[in-house]
Amino acid sequence: MLAVPLQALFGQLLIGLINGSFYALLSLGLAIIFGLLNVINFCHGALYMLGAFVAWGLLEKAGIGYWPALLIAPLAVGLLGVVIERTLLRRISGLDPLYGLLLTFGIALILQGVFSNWFGSSGMPYEMPSQLRGGQALGFMFLPNYRVWVIGVSLIICVGTWAITEGTRLGSWLRAATENASLVSAFGINVPRMITITYALGVALAAFAGVLAAPIYRVSPLMGADLIIVVFAVVVIGGMGSIIGSIVTGFTLGVLEGLTKVFYPEASNTVIFVVMAIVLLVRPAGLFGKQA
Amino acid sequence: MNARLALLLSLALPLAARADFTGKVIKIGVLNDQSGLYADLAGQGSVTAAKMAAEEMGGKIGDASVEVIFADHQNKPDVGSTIARQWIDVDGVDVIVDVPTSSVALAVAQVVKDKNKVFLASGPATSDLTGKACSPNTVHWTYDTYALAHTTGTAEVQSGGDTWFFLTADYAFGQALERDTTAVVTAAGGKVLGGVKHPLNTTDFSSFLLQAQSSKAKVIGLANAGGDTINSIKAASEFGIVKGGQRLAGLLVFITDVHALGLQTAQGLILSESFYWDRDDKTRAWSKKFGARMGGKMPSMVQAGVYAAVLHYLKAVKALKSDADGKAVVDQMKKLGTDDPAFGKGTIRADGRKMHPMYLYEVKAPSESKGPWDYYKLKKEVPANEAFRPLDKGECPLVAGSAK
Repeated sequence: MLAVPLQALFGQLLIGLINGSFYALLSLGLAIIFGLLNVINFCHGALYMLGAFVAWGLLEKAGIGYWPALLIAPLAVGLLGVVIERTLLRRISGLDPLYGLLLTFGIALILQGVFSNWFGSSGMPYEMPSQLRGGQALGFMFLPNYRVWVIGVSLIICVGTWAITEGTRLGSWLRAATENASLVSAFGINVPRMITITYALGVALAAFAGVLAAPIYRVSPLMGADLIIVVFAVVVIGGMGSIIGSIVTGFTLGVLEGLTKVFYPEASNTVIFVVMAIVLLVRPAGLFGKQA
Repeated sequence: MNARLALLLSLALPLAARADFTGKVIKIGVLNDQSGLYADLAGQGSVTAAKMAAEEMGGKIGDASVEVIFADHQNKPDVGSTIARQWIDVDGVDVIVDVPTSSVALAVAQVVKDKNKVFLASGPATSDLTGKACSPNTVHWTYDTYALAHTTGTAEVQSGGDTWFFLTADYAFGQALERDTTAVVTAAGGKVLGGVKHPLNTTDFSSFLLQAQSSKAKVIGLANAGGDTINSIKAASEFGIVKGGQRLAGLLVFITDVHALGLQTAQGLILSESFYWDRDDKTRAWSKKFGARMGGKMPSMVQAGVYAAVLHYLKAVKALKSDADGKAVVDQMKKLGTDDPAFGKGTIRADGRKMHPMYLYEVKAPSESKGPWDYYKLKKEVPANEAFRPLDKGECPLVAGSAK
């Protein structure tokens, strides 16, 4: 352990933080959706992939670049979210959460299958926007500008979402509806519409993360499937439905995974699940969840 | 011997002498990754390639029709060997083809050997298939870790890359490739400074590349494949590894990977393949036919290998007038010289190794490429006997038995 120089360690911590920002963005959306809809949104990864594909399609077919895509892709996927919520999820509301899980899992499989069929599995390259190419030599590592951007923008989005839910009237309705939906609707608040908006917002966050990821990784049909299981572990560790929990856990686990890649790389894909098992044993409701 | 057994045997004898085709159909099973990270370099393209070979033989041999089926082994050895068993026992499959992912291929080779059928390996890389784990029922067609290590590794060391750091996929294939390349590097006077074993299907390689960077090795050897290689190369370009003076050696890079990376990122990469669609008139003609059926995609060497191997298998079955005895078919394949548009003339060695040259390519810069799929410049042709492991060095029991 001491053989690793301190400088390399700083680099790994930073990289962990970058990966953590993806975990945080995705688990944030999942947490919001679970909090209000009580749906374990298994198609979150597929919608993240869809966000990346929308960005790719905009560039490839319409010549629309990265910056507009950052707005358009979440909007488009958010609209799809509205359709999914209105036509499918609404029909199973009130049933056991297992139904929602199966339904969204099915949607994920369909989306992935269709895109694999169309585009193959290796994926397509997506060029980085020219403004964010290159990087900074920090002495202990070379830090690509794009990664700095990713970390910054995800922090802003995460903190922003948290502030909205904690500090605004909409947020207070949202929290109240999570606690007791029928009481909130008795006060004249349109709960079904709020549910739709929440779901759309959650999946739009996933699409946003997808666009962020497109230049770093490849735009590939399986990019979501590779990530979603980890993100679920993050949500479970943070406490299902806890917004602040998912943000903090996302970043922390990214760092933990980064460190594992230094000390015992073979376990880097498993370390998060080990943590999940331990947390479930010690605090079954998750680190930030309310104890039942 | 009791009377009943004798009666049964006498019934069986004329059947064997008639040398029939099992079930009146020669059933070819293409077993590979249909949905995961190796689906583009093998997948449906391999199925199409096998069908093209079957059609070239007229879709029929004697009075038996040739049929091609396929399945997804999901890169899992247990799934692969279960399908292989079911195909052979229940569905009457005579020959299993392709099987990328070395760990799955090793499992399938064992099943095929136990059932005395034929295994034509195109996708897998591990040189153990014709070494310690060689089988009288296996032909290993397209390439192997030894040939990759020798072609790419030697070229890198010769051009000054004498210190290495490995990024290795943590399963049979990556380990074999790292082992074979290490042998090449040290034999040529180079040194291996370290390495990282990463899990199969890793998304983020930046952390591993940072370790490679701090090792100060001149060459970073990528002992991985498919999506893992693509992600490594992308991250390396992002983190300025090549600009910092270190070189990347893609020990197993397929043309589909280069396609996914784009020339902007992949340019200058040195790699080895046994087949490139734009090599000569014959490969171009065949690849064009393939592309017409695959939406314009050019074949990978794995897909070309499936085509050539199936074609040669069918020729052997035709000569033998039987597909019943897998070992006999493979013996016949070894006896006949191979000749096909994808690999030209070649032979199959006693240990099951198909012999053909390997080619060292460099990926073109975007400005040099004339159109889609125009990706490689030929650097060097390595003759078969230099590229592949000498017959007596593989510890294959088949060879030891035949040695006098």
